[in-house]
Amino acid sequence: MITSFLLKSFDRTIVIAVAIILGLALIVPALNLLTAPDHPLHVPTYLVSLFGKYLTYALLALALDLVWGFCGILSLGHAAFFALGGYAMGMYLMRQIGARGSYGNPLLPDFMVFLNWKELPWFWYGFDMFWFAALMVVLVPGLLAFVFGWFAFRSRVNGVYLSIITQAMTFALLLAFFRNDMGFGGNNGLTDFKDILGFNIQAQGTRAALFAASAVALALSLILTSGMVRSKYGKILVGVRDAESRTRFLGYRVEHFKLFAFTVSAMMAGVAGALYVPQVGIINPGEFEPGNSIEVVIWTAVGGRGTLIGPIIGAILVNGGKSIFTAAFPEFWLFALGGLFVLVTLFLPKGIVGTVQAWRAKRKEYRKAAEDEAARGQAVAEPVAAE
Amino acid sequence: MLTRLAYRSLQSLLVTFCLLITVFATDLRAEDDLRAMINALGEGNFSQTAKQVEALAKTGDPKIVPALEALAAGDLYQRKSDKQVFLTKSSGGTLILIDPLSGEEAGTEASGALAKIKVNNSLRRVVRSALGGLTLMSPDAGTRLQAAQTLLRTPSADALEPVETALAAETDARVKLVLERARAAALLVLDRPDDEKKAAIEIIGNAGGQDSLSLLSAALASADDTLKPDIEAAISDIQDRQALWAAGQNVWYGLSLGSVLLLAAIGLAITFGVMGIINMAHGEMVMLGAYTTFVVQEIIRNSYPWLFDWSLAIALPLAFLVTGAVGLAIERGVIRFLYGRPLETLLATWGISLILQQAVRTIFGPTNREVGNPSWMSGAFELGGLTITWNRLWIIVFSLAVFAALLFLLKKTPMGLQMRAVTQNRRMASSMGIRTPWVDALTFALGSGIAGIAGVALSQIDNVSPNLGQGYIIDSFMVVVFGGVGNLWGTLVGAFTLGILNKFLEPYAGAVLGKILVLVLIILFIQKRPRGLFALKGRAVEA
Repeated sequence: MITSFLLKSFDRTIVIAVAIILGLALIVPALNLLTAPDHPLHVPTYLVSLFGKYLTYALLALALDLVWGFCGILSLGHAAFFALGGYAMGMYLMRQIGARGSYGNPLLPDFMVFLNWKELPWFWYGFDMFWFAALMVVLVPGLLAFVFGWFAFRSRVNGVYLSIITQAMTFALLLAFFRNDMGFGGNNGLTDFKDILGFNIQAQGTRAALFAASAVALALSLILTSGMVRSKYGKILVGVRDAESRTRFLGYRVEHFKLFAFTVSAMMAGVAGALYVPQVGIINPGEFEPGNSIEVVIWTAVGGRGTLIGPIIGAILVNGGKSIFTAAFPEFWLFALGGLFVLVTLFLPKGIVGTVQAWRAKRKEYRKAAEDEAARGQAVAEPVAAE
Repeated sequence: MLTRLAYRSLQSLLVTFCLLITVFATDLRAEDDLRAMINALGEGNFSQTAKQVEALAKTGDPKIVPALEALAAGDLYQRKSDKQVFLTKSSGGTLILIDPLSGEEAGTEASGALAKIKVNNSLRRVVRSALGGLTLMSPDAGTRLQAAQTLLRTPSADALEPVETALAAETDARVKLVLERARAAALLVLDRPDDEKKAAIEIIGNAGGQDSLSLLSAALASADDTLKPDIEAAISDIQDRQALWAAGQNVWYGLSLGSVLLLAAIGLAITFGVMGIINMAHGEMVMLGAYTTFVVQEIIRNSYPWLFDWSLAIALPLAFLVTGAVGLAIERGVIRFLYGRPLETLLATWGISLILQQAVRTIFGPTNREVGNPSWMSGAFELGGLTITWNRLWIIVFSLAVFAALLFLLKKTPMGLQMRAVTQNRRMASSMGIRTPWVDALTFALGSGIAGIAGVALSQIDNVSPNLGQGYIIDSFMVVVFGGVGNLWGTLVGAFTLGILNKFLEPYAGAVLGKILVLVLIILFIQKRPRGLFALKGRAVEA
């Protein structure tokens, strides 16, 4: 069954994309670690982290594509799932600091000492163990998505309303994480990380490994989502997207299909957040900003929703553009981003990949039509020749 | 004839002159006496000083008030060289001398050359009651009122006598009321029969307020058993009334917040509620309205300062026109290509909001700009136990006025009729000869223009910065979704419900947690009623 799942998921473009991502997972760290700093092909460590960050964004966009592109749920809360995964990882990293913090408290993170707390809050227990933190990275966003989705889909909140309440959820979480009493570092968030799994988080090797991990996570998620959307389940998901009522009338429990996709997607977003935090070195409530979630939507839209590799390309392009733009003309970045939103929705509704696919499909059809024409022409011509 | 007139005028002049001299002389003599008496304050022990204070009080001259106040505060000094008494103000190592009667500065002196006139508690009490008596008899009603209030707040047994004399002479009803309370307060601390005390408790209990509460609590501590039930009843009575007023204040704050929400959401109720466009640039329309107010005020400040009180009235139509025009441009340029694709309009309008924000940031800078309150909008007044600020009151009135105007426009004008027709059945409306594209454009412009008007009002209570709109966008959507899409009444009820709910949760949960709770409640509410409080019914809903 697994082989058939894998076989089905390996369409040619997906195979190529997975190969490229896995190739990057090998090549970029190798170029960083094995070449001398003055070598023309050397990739500086800061770039490794920057590209690693893009890959986590790509994973986030891929997660959104699963629900938006294939199920029609425009979630404006994916940055929240991303941030929750990030916080779970950040809590592990905080506990790893141990007594090396500025207050030297072996148990409590610095901000708790600063707030004069005496005991570790209960929800910080267990985060000194990596496996527990890793579990929470997927469980917390997954559980939130499950509960939220269970309520929302069951009462048939959909379309715009769903977008708005996911945004409300994100906003509520933003406000909550800003509070010092919540025990997540308030405004400043979690930062000053020292090491991860015993390796120094600033070290070149760790950075390269984190990059590779992000790439592998992205490749695995791509295989997973591709398998999902190509299975029978995926077909029904598309049915839900295009004609929800009809699918329901055909006897499918629409809300279960939606809920499954939503939860898986939130878990993927959580993993993306968890890989993002050690590469960036900080997680704060700003990640919950409703604007961030909307930005994820534009990455997906630029690349092409419903294409799986589109969102990956979109996330990397838009964020690469952002890095270049904000360095060169910082004032104009928002103009560019805003313009991108408008232009893509107006002129490129299928996104880059979607447009290319449509164009190729059209050409194929055209060529086929031409071949048919030629064949028919031949068929007509042949008898003449026979005579 | 002429000589007679000259003689007469000379005569009268002489008489006036003589009179003036007499008056002046008596005044001077009186002042000399007072000065001597004040100088005498520096002599002798506490009881002698107390006698002097009483003697001073008997003169009934308000001029001695500063000296007595300084004595009680320990700021009265005697110059060792000539035994003159001065008020002082310390400045570094030296003391600035102030004449006790005229209040003018009279040089400086090293602190070693002066001796402080010592006071103890009993002397202080004497001074205070003397002062109370003096100011209680002041010809100015305001001063009397203030004195009576001071005595009410710090009751003492000595105050009873002056209060009773003042009460007998008082004519002003307001002062009389406070004096009666002050008398009751004094009775409470005195050793009087229970009946008198009970009456006093009742008077103070009726007065209400925090001061009465602390008076009664102090009395409760020392009261005997016969009085205790009365005091306790009076205290709980006051507390009940205070709780009621506090609830009233919360309702007021809630109404105020609700009016802000209503203003922010009402434009969205048109663009989102009526047209179904997820207008994420709505907040930026509010922001543009606020910046229009800023520009108008800048021009007025620089060129026509006397118009300042009219600045908002001038800004209102301008803001409507500016944001309406921007809205029209957005609809014609972007949104009309996206009808039927609501999620895409969300993205496009979000992009527009980013562009508008950055444009304003580039033109006006990223910092807050100052928008002033016209005089009729600043200040506050008391209504019973409520403090009501004028700007909040005006904003409530204004939001309701905008609501009413919009309702009138939609229900009673041909334009409103066409708008509703297009929303309900576009193709039918089109067949009837309505130019639906124009109606769309005008409706969107109307919604945007109303957002701009809201911006004028919100500039009075919020920081005018490029981020102004972002703070309102989520709340606005919550209000519209909560109230029910496509229903203006729903928006009204939704705004005020959320406002009041928020303010009632705040005291228990804190401002941030209260807001989170409201958001969670809305999310849960939408599960129960996905179409809001006042849902549209019928086939059009599913389309």
